[in-house]
Amino acid sequence: MSKFSWPRKRLSRLCLLLGGLLAGSYARAQETFPVNGVADNREGCYAFVKATIVKNAGTVLNNATLVIRNGRIVSVGNGSVPKDAVVIDCEGKYIYPSFVDLYSDYGTPPVKKGPGGYRSEVQFLSATKGAYGWNQAIKSEVNAAAVFTKDDTGAETLRNVGFGTVLSHQQDGIARGTGVLVTLADERDNKAMIKEKASAQYSFDKGSSTQNYPSSLMGSIALLRQTYLDAQWYQSHPAKEGTNLSLQAWNDNRALPQIFEVSDKWDVLRADKIGDEFGVQYIIKASGNEYQRMPEMIATKASFILPLNFPQPIDVEDPNDARFVALSEMKHWELAPTEAAAFEKANIPFCFTAAGLKDVKQLLAAVRKSIEYGLSEQKALDALTLAPARIIKADDQVGSLEPGKLANFLLTSGTIFNENTVLFQNWIQGKKYVVKDEGWKDVRGTYTLTVNPGNAKYTLQLKGTAATPALSLIQQDTLTGTVTINGQLVKLAFPLKKGGAQLRLSGVAGATEWTGTGVDTSGKWVKWSAVFSAANNKPDSVKPKTALQIGNVYFPFNGYGWESLPKQQDLLIKNATVWTNEQEGKLENTDVLVRNGKIAQIGKNLPAGNARVIDGTGKHLTPGIIDEHSHIAISKGVNEGTQSVTSEVRIADVVNPDDVNIYRQLSGGVTASHLLHGSANTIGGQSQLIKLRWGADAEELKFAGADPFIKFALGENVKQSNWGERQRERFPQTRMGVEQVLTDAFTRARDYEKAGPNKRRDLELDALVEILNSKRFITCHSYVQSEINMLLHVADTFHFRVNTFTHILEGYKVADKMKQHGAGAGTFADWWAYKMEVQDAIPYNATIMQRVGVNVAINSDDAEMARRLNQEAAKSIKYGDMTEEEALKLVTLNPAKLLHVDAHVGSIKAGKDADLVLWSDNPLSIYAKADKTLVDGIVYFDREKDLELRQRISAERNRLVQKMLGEKKKGTPTQKAAATMEEMYHCEDLQGGHQQRLTDGNNEL
Amino acid sequence: MKRIILTYITALSCMAAFAQETIYPAPPQGKTIYLINATIHVGNGQVIENGALTFTNGKITAVGNNLPAPAADGTIMDLKGNHVYPGVIAPLSNLGLTEVEAVRATNDFHEVGEINPSVRSLVAYNTDSKVINTLRSNGILLAQVTPEGGLIPGTSSVVQLDAWNWEDAAYKKDGAIHFYMPSLLPPPSTPGRFPVTKDVVAEFAEKTGQVRTFLREAKAYLQEDKHNEVNLKFEAVRKLFTKEQKLFIHCNFVKEMLVAVDFAKEFGIDVVIAGGADSWIIADVLKQNNIAVVLIQPHSLPVLQDDDVDQPYKTAAQLQQAGVLYCLSNEGFWQQRNLPFEAGTASTYGLTKEQALSAVTLNTARILGIDKSTGSLETGKDANIVISTGDLLDMRSSVVTHAFIQGREINLNNKHKQLYERYKYKYGLK
Repeated sequence: MSKFSWPRKRLSRLCLLLGGLLAGSYARAQETFPVNGVADNREGCYAFVKATIVKNAGTVLNNATLVIRNGRIVSVGNGSVPKDAVVIDCEGKYIYPSFVDLYSDYGTPPVKKGPGGYRSEVQFLSATKGAYGWNQAIKSEVNAAAVFTKDDTGAETLRNVGFGTVLSHQQDGIARGTGVLVTLADERDNKAMIKEKASAQYSFDKGSSTQNYPSSLMGSIALLRQTYLDAQWYQSHPAKEGTNLSLQAWNDNRALPQIFEVSDKWDVLRADKIGDEFGVQYIIKASGNEYQRMPEMIATKASFILPLNFPQPIDVEDPNDARFVALSEMKHWELAPTEAAAFEKANIPFCFTAAGLKDVKQLLAAVRKSIEYGLSEQKALDALTLAPARIIKADDQVGSLEPGKLANFLLTSGTIFNENTVLFQNWIQGKKYVVKDEGWKDVRGTYTLTVNPGNAKYTLQLKGTAATPALSLIQQDTLTGTVTINGQLVKLAFPLKKGGAQLRLSGVAGATEWTGTGVDTSGKWVKWSAVFSAANNKPDSVKPKTALQIGNVYFPFNGYGWESLPKQQDLLIKNATVWTNEQEGKLENTDVLVRNGKIAQIGKNLPAGNARVIDGTGKHLTPGIIDEHSHIAISKGVNEGTQSVTSEVRIADVVNPDDVNIYRQLSGGVTASHLLHGSANTIGGQSQLIKLRWGADAEELKFAGADPFIKFALGENVKQSNWGERQRERFPQTRMGVEQVLTDAFTRARDYEKAGPNKRRDLELDALVEILNSKRFITCHSYVQSEINMLLHVADTFHFRVNTFTHILEGYKVADKMKQHGAGAGTFADWWAYKMEVQDAIPYNATIMQRVGVNVAINSDDAEMARRLNQEAAKSIKYGDMTEEEALKLVTLNPAKLLHVDAHVGSIKAGKDADLVLWSDNPLSIYAKADKTLVDGIVYFDREKDLELRQRISAERNRLVQKMLGEKKKGTPTQKAAATMEEMYHCEDLQGGHQQRLTDGNNEL
Repeated sequence: MKRIILTYITALSCMAAFAQETIYPAPPQGKTIYLINATIHVGNGQVIENGALTFTNGKITAVGNNLPAPAADGTIMDLKGNHVYPGVIAPLSNLGLTEVEAVRATNDFHEVGEINPSVRSLVAYNTDSKVINTLRSNGILLAQVTPEGGLIPGTSSVVQLDAWNWEDAAYKKDGAIHFYMPSLLPPPSTPGRFPVTKDVVAEFAEKTGQVRTFLREAKAYLQEDKHNEVNLKFEAVRKLFTKEQKLFIHCNFVKEMLVAVDFAKEFGIDVVIAGGADSWIIADVLKQNNIAVVLIQPHSLPVLQDDDVDQPYKTAAQLQQAGVLYCLSNEGFWQQRNLPFEAGTASTYGLTKEQALSAVTLNTARILGIDKSTGSLETGKDANIVISTGDLLDMRSSVVTHAFIQGREINLNNKHKQLYERYKYKYGLK
């Protein structure tokens, strides 16, 4: 484009001339609107002839005609051209359906960011004014059609990359109300809106809500679940509720396509699970890392909206900064563009969205990248056109070129995914929008230029691209000049000899020749004409394709992940010292046979048969360590501490199989972990027992058939003693109040259980009723004797048993009461002094409780210490003279009993699960290392294999670093190296997505 | 043999009778004490089987195999089957500066302000902290009491853990200045609810620049004897430039450590790196520049997802191999009783047991500048001695039966043992 290019409006008028097309500023009639002036109703009938028409991704018509009228398609193919049609010659041009984007906020009001952070103001109820529901993040009443106003700038940006239709919604909240389907036409809103309610939208993100609840992912999930139930109940118009417009809208929206936005592959499964529970099949707006778990994605049976915002290469030039970037991040950079190809291969319906692209102009480049990474061109086109239309059942209107559909189509210079193709025009509802004029007519070729007076002849050549041709004067030494084509107007300038003065010409490009006037090198006016003499025969150059070299997906997606998931095999561990935890005690020189994941036989000189033999000579075999109190492998918040009773939230909903701490703990001999809600409130969330099956997904990690548990908490955390001055409002603020919270909750639960059949189902009370009926069991965070005693009394009053007291650092003071009640203990070996309520904590606690007859376990509450639980158990030998075998039980059999899984794990006995650890030394010695850790007979950690993985990590990191350096050198924009963080929690991490800095080792309990 | 049995009985009766407030600091050593038939772990790598050790007036007078017969008026302790160690030293701790972490009124380790070199930890050290006795009973006899917060929170002093007041406790006064270097860790990638937008590089440059400027100005100021106005902050770092004090620079990552090395070069001062999580990467550079490292809490998770799962456990062995002077530390105060076990783990992952012992005794003493008087069981040094029935570095066998600070046999009772006794009594347990 020339420096002196015309203002945009003038330019577009010129364009009209060039193409001979008529379209413009008239407004098609809308019956109810009065006209100021003379009516100007036009039918807008056009015939596009001689075009290559791509009706849909699978159907290409050559030399075909497209006829449109009144904004809709009349015919496609070889239909006749109506007399009143304006005919447009599209020889050499392609016509495609305009694109459809299902994930847009086009034309909706901007959303204010939420306050975030757990130190925000206390707000128990919604701040939304009106007859709406209790939670500010449930905005089901929001109607995008009601808040939509067209946005000219936004529309133009989207049109210019090929979009014709978008599904737009207000991207705010967990329930976001309905989406509206609009075209990007510059028409009245009334015309552009083609489906008022086209979808219902959801996410896990509370958005702008200032309300405290929910603060965690599991809270968001619980809120969704409860809202489904409330909405069902609301259908009976319960008098107690009055009018609730949010629930009303929720019910009204149920019939629409339901779209759920997620931010991670595991969130896809979380959303899908909620859908399954309530008979909803969500359409998933994906996050971009779903390719990492395709079998799980297939199982959802969902359709997907895939983003194209692939990560930029990381700037890894500084090795000391690059060090903090995990391999998983580097691999994601490399593999993210394979996402669409993976979905195609898996035969999952999907479409693309431009959402998330930093610059929407990168849309086609990103699609091309997907193609380069294995996606077929046909599928790519489908994912931009018909697939999205089908997904929201709008394929009767848009998505392909069929008679009766909206006249939304693109005119291009070539095939849509060719990088040199120019998008000239985007027609929407029968109205033309020029994207780019330049090159509509491909002027490239050789011209004979005649300049008069003098009849001087020159040979000019126009090369370059159709849109921006480059000029050269062909003579002895070829000289370059400039050519600018603005619509029909052209100007040329070039020197006649190297470094000489320029001949400047200006004129009009006519149908057969270019003519005009100019000034010669001596300053005299001349006339000129140029006649086309020959076409260029060289086709547009296309970047040569290089074979893709990309790494494998790991399971989990982490340096220590598997390239293919491990399979069970029979094993014979020979000649080890076997700590059975059974009557037989410790057996020297003993073999253990593992078959089908179970312990099959224990004895001397057992025959191996087909089993793989592992030499245990000089080594010790113990049952796997069970951590009764853990917070590893949890996504986005360990506490829903925004209310004092949150028994409705479930750790089961947020298990994170990617956490590297699973692997690290396997290296310390841990085979099962009880994942607990934090201790921020009196009645916390439901817990989840997992086995450390590294590589498995969340469902497969769960310990099948285990009794359900729930976390309670007492003392300083629940009364907010150490939460800062602003947190002084939530009941309770004293230990007196804690008793009332408990008594009130169980009283409500008892009444709820007795209430009639039409009661509102309350997930919070359901969990408490399960406790009352001994179907769910409590593990209660507790410290001082008074509160322990109190809970025992509450439990006695309501006739249930407190299964486990965790932390329980003053348990030794009330061990007799605990024993009498039947409560067990999970405690720390030697922690104290970190807060007031642990001033009397002593390392002899475990020993005293055990000697009084309480079942005692030692647990971690800490991802690092969990790797050394054998050592923590050994401290009871030092503090209180426990025997070694009893000490080992503190972290194996005793926690198994606390968790009611001792029939399956916790000891080495024929028939039990083969969850085993082979130690290099006496397992209670600090000098012992876990050589091999088995779960269900599968070796999940092997110290030798671990060395190989280190090599693999190093090699793969190096390969990717070199590749990214290459990208930077090529000029690809990079992102700064940023440290990869782990999500890590302790009991007291208050709310929401807390991420721990790499060196932040505070254990605040 | 009789006498040793007597000693045991005395210890037990103490437990029953003493409340925390009556656990008295021990009087000066009276008679010469002879430890015989013991496995003596000298602290410098040497082990003497069936060894003997004599100390008089608080000083070790002889160590070895074939010592002259004990004098008649001495106390003989036959330690057959027992182990003798130098007292363990905690190189960085807020011991005595806090009692209950969560209770603000008990916290005396973090003063207001960024550059406070004149602030002294020693004067706030509370010898009556109930935590102290729980460390002694695990063999920790000395600690460097260290302030925290800001850039330069003040000076630390080494104390011995058996004293009536801080004056008595002082073992080496104001031996180190501390500089907590800001982190150069790139901000995290996933902008979640708390997006980190700060420019760490700029902040690092600004803050380290502030400290550098302070030291330059201090150095210049100290060239001149007379000043119209005395600057206490400059005065407080005088000994840094005469190498009577060391500068502990708290940092973990490579570029930070390289800047720390540069501080040592520019100012010609003794720099110790405290933290050193990634020191294994530049062990050779540290060795070349004679920079010592206090490795804080080997019982940590690896820095990065991709790191070897046992990296923090084996870093000590890597520093040992490279010839770097290093010692091990733990975080916090009550946690220090587990310091010997940090050493145990370092031994599991590459150090010999005696190297691991040095890492919490002699190496520590060298780094703190007190190795002339303690850190090993060598003639002429203070009799800072721990006796255990088993391996001190392994919780499976570590049972400390006696300990001596400057020859004084200290009372190993503590609040925890007392509560243990109280509840054994309640439940009728033996």
